[in-house]
Amino acid sequence: MSIRIAELHKAFGPKEVLRGFSLEVRVGATAAIVGPSGSGKSVLLKHLVGLMRPDAGSVLVDGESVPDLGRRDLARFRRRVGYVFQFAALFDSMTIGENVGMGLKRLPGWRADRIHERVNECLALVDLEGMGERYPSQLSGGQKKRAGLARAIAASPKYLLYDEPTTGLDPVTTSVIDELILRMRDELGVTGLVVTHDMTSAFRVADRITLLHEGKARFTGTPAEVRVARDDVLRGFVEGDPGLYYGLQGRGDHGP
Amino acid sequence: MLDFVMRPLASAGRGTVKTLGSVGRAWVLFAGAAGALRHPGIWGPQLVPQLARIGVASVPIALFIATFTGIVMSLQASYTLTGTIPLYFVGTLVGKTMMLELGPVLTGLTLAGRVGANISAELGTMRVTEQVDALETLAYDPLAYLVVPRVIAGIVMFPIVVLLAMTVGIVSGWFTALQLLDMSSPEFVKGLRLLFEPWDVWFAIIKSVSFGAVVTGVGCFYGLQTERGAEGVGRSATQTVVIASMIILCLDAFWAATLL
Repeated sequence: MSIRIAELHKAFGPKEVLRGFSLEVRVGATAAIVGPSGSGKSVLLKHLVGLMRPDAGSVLVDGESVPDLGRRDLARFRRRVGYVFQFAALFDSMTIGENVGMGLKRLPGWRADRIHERVNECLALVDLEGMGERYPSQLSGGQKKRAGLARAIAASPKYLLYDEPTTGLDPVTTSVIDELILRMRDELGVTGLVVTHDMTSAFRVADRITLLHEGKARFTGTPAEVRVARDDVLRGFVEGDPGLYYGLQGRGDHGP
Repeated sequence: MLDFVMRPLASAGRGTVKTLGSVGRAWVLFAGAAGALRHPGIWGPQLVPQLARIGVASVPIALFIATFTGIVMSLQASYTLTGTIPLYFVGTLVGKTMMLELGPVLTGLTLAGRVGANISAELGTMRVTEQVDALETLAYDPLAYLVVPRVIAGIVMFPIVVLLAMTVGIVSGWFTALQLLDMSSPEFVKGLRLLFEPWDVWFAIIKSVSFGAVVTGVGCFYGLQTERGAEGVGRSATQTVVIASMIILCLDAFWAATLL
């Protein structure tokens, strides 16, 4: 297993977001973690790159315990991980090309001409050729997401973490992003972890899907297994039925 | 009755805990920034743009304020001294006041607004839009990339801006004395040189170095602590100006008590 999360706990004040979440992702696979907004999916993802530290539990990537890494080891570890942020998190004072090349400047042996070449390669890979001189404010939402993906793959990471990659996009652009996620797996061989509340997207890109519910992994299975699962909470989420999801059917009270 | 007593106590307790928490977080930030000095490869390329943004871009507003401060000082000194003390003391008063107090403090307070709020809003926006997290995932230390160049730029550029402001303030006071107070240049210069000590300039430089560190440091601290979107960014900018101004005035008193 390349990613192994066990009994992860995280609370913010009195609010317990993760309550013993466990997950394993094998090398080369793309896993999706689904759940409603505010269920702790992004919090979970941030633990995998050391942006947050767990209250309890373990996060192992390639056998390394991420929360135990020191500052220098964490910087070294992060070169193996690409992170695609929910709203792209592009540096708005820089051009798209500068954004994509930003991580490469930290790598030993990368000179300006090599960085320039790699930036163009990455932009081509996400169908943004010729956009390198533009600023983030000049791009559409879908283009920003693709630029964020180009930045994440620039250093040829072994792992790609996607935080709500299709949120706020139209169905056509969502398909384009999904295709890119599949290309990253198939062409670059990266191990992917996608957190999303978009079930269509999850079915399309994931080898295995996990439902994050009340801070725990409620169900894990292949897309085919998810489709036929009888778990009410999972069915409620997949079908968008609040009665099933919240277990309040027949009580006339749908939702928290 | 119990509530009447307990409520202010609880409020004071919460305030104390919050203040101590902020002091602790500030200490962690500045200790981390001191450690980040070891990475000149990260902060070095950012330094020149920050020197320009924090220093060069602040010169016009600092000189504008210094010009009018010099004019007013000259006119008020003349109003106060006429008929009691020789008028060349206008030069003494303008020079001493601009160097010891108004040059550094007025410039410091002005830059707390211009520079401090700018840094806080910029870093705050980066924090709430996850750009700071993005830096970390790209193996950049945000303290080395964002904090160190700004604080160094503040420490280097504030004294330069203050020296320029002091000079312009004195020259504008001089010009006012010549044009409006029926004084001659030799008279003004005589007053200016009368009680001048080179230490006065060093005193202004020491103060402005400390103000530069405070304004940029407080701006970075509140910027990186920002939460909850646009409202949080606005709150951070306001807190920066208020806290930096208060610390500047406290430091002003501290330096006067310890160095004069």
